[in-house]
Amino acid sequence: MPATFTRQTVETERKDPGFGGKPPLDRRPTGGGGGDENWDSRHSGRRGPRELLIRYRMAVLSGLAGDFVFFAVLVSAFFVRQSSGHIDPSENFVSDWHPLAAPPILWLNTALLLLSTVTIEIARRQLFREIDVMEEWLGLGRPAVRRAAPWLIATIVLGSLFLIGQWIAWQQLAQQGFFFSSNPNSHFFYLVTGTHGIHLVLGIAALIFALVAMFRFKRVEMRQIAVDCTSWYWHAMGLFWLFLFALLVFFQ
Amino acid sequence: MNLDKKRRRLFTTESLALARLYLFLALLAVVTGTILSLLMRLHRTWPNLALPIHGAILPEDYLALVTMHGTLMVFFVLTVVPQSAFPNLVLLAQIGSPRMAFPRLNAAAFWITTASLLTLLAAFFVPQGAPISGWTAYPPLSALAAAGPGQATGMDLWLIAITLFCLAAVLSSINLLATILTRRCPGMTFTRLPLTVWSWLVSSSLTVIAFSALFAAASMLLADRHFGTSFFLPPSVVINGVPQRNGSGSPMLWLHLFWFFGHPEVYIAILPGMGLASSLLANFTRRSVPGYRLMIVATLLIGFLGLGVWGHHMFVSGMNPYAGTAFGLTTIAISVPSSAEILTWLVMLFRGRIQLATPMLFILGFLSFFIAGGLTGPILAQPALDAYLHNTFFVVAHFHLVMAMAGVFSLFAGIYYWFPLLTGRRMNEALGQIHFWISLIAAYGAFFPMHFAGLAGEPRHYAQLSGPVESFARLIPVERGITWSAFLLAAAQLIFLFNVFRSARRGALAGPNPWRATTLEWSPLEHPNVSRGPYAYGPDVSPSSDFLSQWDSEKPFSP
Repeated sequence: MPATFTRQTVETERKDPGFGGKPPLDRRPTGGGGGDENWDSRHSGRRGPRELLIRYRMAVLSGLAGDFVFFAVLVSAFFVRQSSGHIDPSENFVSDWHPLAAPPILWLNTALLLLSTVTIEIARRQLFREIDVMEEWLGLGRPAVRRAAPWLIATIVLGSLFLIGQWIAWQQLAQQGFFFSSNPNSHFFYLVTGTHGIHLVLGIAALIFALVAMFRFKRVEMRQIAVDCTSWYWHAMGLFWLFLFALLVFFQ
Repeated sequence: MNLDKKRRRLFTTESLALARLYLFLALLAVVTGTILSLLMRLHRTWPNLALPIHGAILPEDYLALVTMHGTLMVFFVLTVVPQSAFPNLVLLAQIGSPRMAFPRLNAAAFWITTASLLTLLAAFFVPQGAPISGWTAYPPLSALAAAGPGQATGMDLWLIAITLFCLAAVLSSINLLATILTRRCPGMTFTRLPLTVWSWLVSSSLTVIAFSALFAAASMLLADRHFGTSFFLPPSVVINGVPQRNGSGSPMLWLHLFWFFGHPEVYIAILPGMGLASSLLANFTRRSVPGYRLMIVATLLIGFLGLGVWGHHMFVSGMNPYAGTAFGLTTIAISVPSSAEILTWLVMLFRGRIQLATPMLFILGFLSFFIAGGLTGPILAQPALDAYLHNTFFVVAHFHLVMAMAGVFSLFAGIYYWFPLLTGRRMNEALGQIHFWISLIAAYGAFFPMHFAGLAGEPRHYAQLSGPVESFARLIPVERGITWSAFLLAAAQLIFLFNVFRSARRGALAGPNPWRATTLEWSPLEHPNVSRGPYAYGPDVSPSSDFLSQWDSEKPFSP
């Protein structure tokens, strides 16, 4: 059975233990999100609708933790490199760090990427609407998939536009004579935008996979997982970009 | 059909089969690494000896031996076995799960590790041979192809091997984390997990963090070598009178990034051994682990503090001395949780009924090395003392005792202990005892005198002590003793290999729970339910026996 979001407040069943003393326990029915589905009395595979979803999210989040460290290393290297230089024979501090004016198109790209995190979040939520999910689960139709597909496609378009925008930014820098190996600052500009770009290419591949998965996967849970994990990845890339963008624009 | 079956067996996703594959991979690495170390010893003792095919060992060959020995042992033995082979062998059973969270991811990690090992070994066969910049690959030596023989193609292969290994380690840890967090059997709460599983939880988190950092650093070094950047390349490097490409990068940056990986890596290698020590000491002293929750907290603290001590590898690198003091403090701080664990083990020995089976002997050996090597830790953590001892054999002695020997002895303990899970048979006890005693004595013989050599100022990474300068001539007898011990140590491992292959076919049948253990890997049940902690040993747990297994449904004697 797939997981759903429920908007209405869930009626709680109050259980009086009967011997006084302790206050009554609130027992919420499962499926309302939150809680660990009382897993410890059940075997793996029977722990409620969110079990698989939580497992996949766990993997995506651990992977993103590693990714976070990867970008943190780049950022710390940026600052170390920025402040490093040497003293020449006449005792002048020589640094080869030249501030680089980030092309203004980055602002537009950032806006596009932020917009795409909104569209993918809308897509993600479509797949958990209780009524639609129930309808899909019972095999009556595919309302959730039909609602989510346009938003996913919009995300793919926005993501691709972002990548094209980054490409244009590279072209503009190249026209000004800044290439990957020109100076230390341009190493970082290309390295940061390049590795982030590779992550987004993978993200777009994941989006296309999720789009196909929504129509091809038989199990409703797996459709949800494909979209849900892709969207967490996408959100993380949006967040990382905000930091990297701030680094490239404001910390020159 | 037949081919399909074979392919399925080779590209298996079954974790027990993967454990076997990992063990064979590590065996290949450890045999190669040991042979390299013996060649180093031979050269140090008899510098003019010519090898049969290769001829005399030149200084650059010696450095290549150092580099490849360190890389093979640290990555492919001390990381692969405790962090990949053992979890595949017992983690699932210990948490009562029928399969991993992501079996295919897990199998993919094995094949990437294999690709990484093959890439690394290929460095021996390229023109100019293997890299010579040590397993830490400090720039500028590692950033410039002209820096020496092996620093061109060999170094590239080394870097590619390391990036592949990082990828594999992170993937396999993602699977382990998800498995431990979501696939425990009913009743297996966090305070009922065996301490081995706790160790894997912490070491997997460290792996995700540390290896991602190394991945980034290695990518940047590759960019320095091939794409004209200068992240790590300092200005005005001149090699053999030839000025090199000018950068104004910072080799220090590589040191920071490398050791931000390198020190957690030490804990990745040793934490599973520490968890195993707790479990085995409980089993072979037939008493519970006192302060089980304290042990969990200590493990978590070691993992957490382990991320903040990397600078103690860099006291003499030109780092700000104030930073050195801070790193000295965090390093002293990490000895507190480590000592808490050691004291707990000593308490268990003090009050327990000790049974000296082979796995227990090896855990005692682990304990002995961990203490002997650990005691020099606080000495090296003082920036002032380290200024003298850095890059001497004192440091070599320190980490070979506390990381290499302690690590390897815990791996031996694990193999002797879990052998019945792989084969259904026990390893030969008499051979095991002989293996242990020779190994213990030879290991101390090989690594303990290095303390004295280091105190006398003998430097690391020097191909020979004799020659025009006679200052270290007095140390040559010590060197000779070390060499003989090293050969004895290596020879003792032949007994182990003989024992493994013989016992796998003819060993005594083990039966369902040969060590009368409590943890779930010995459970006959496919879907266990757990209702108690992992270490219910002692006379007062049950009326009928001195232990209650985690899968046992019997009520405890005195709750």
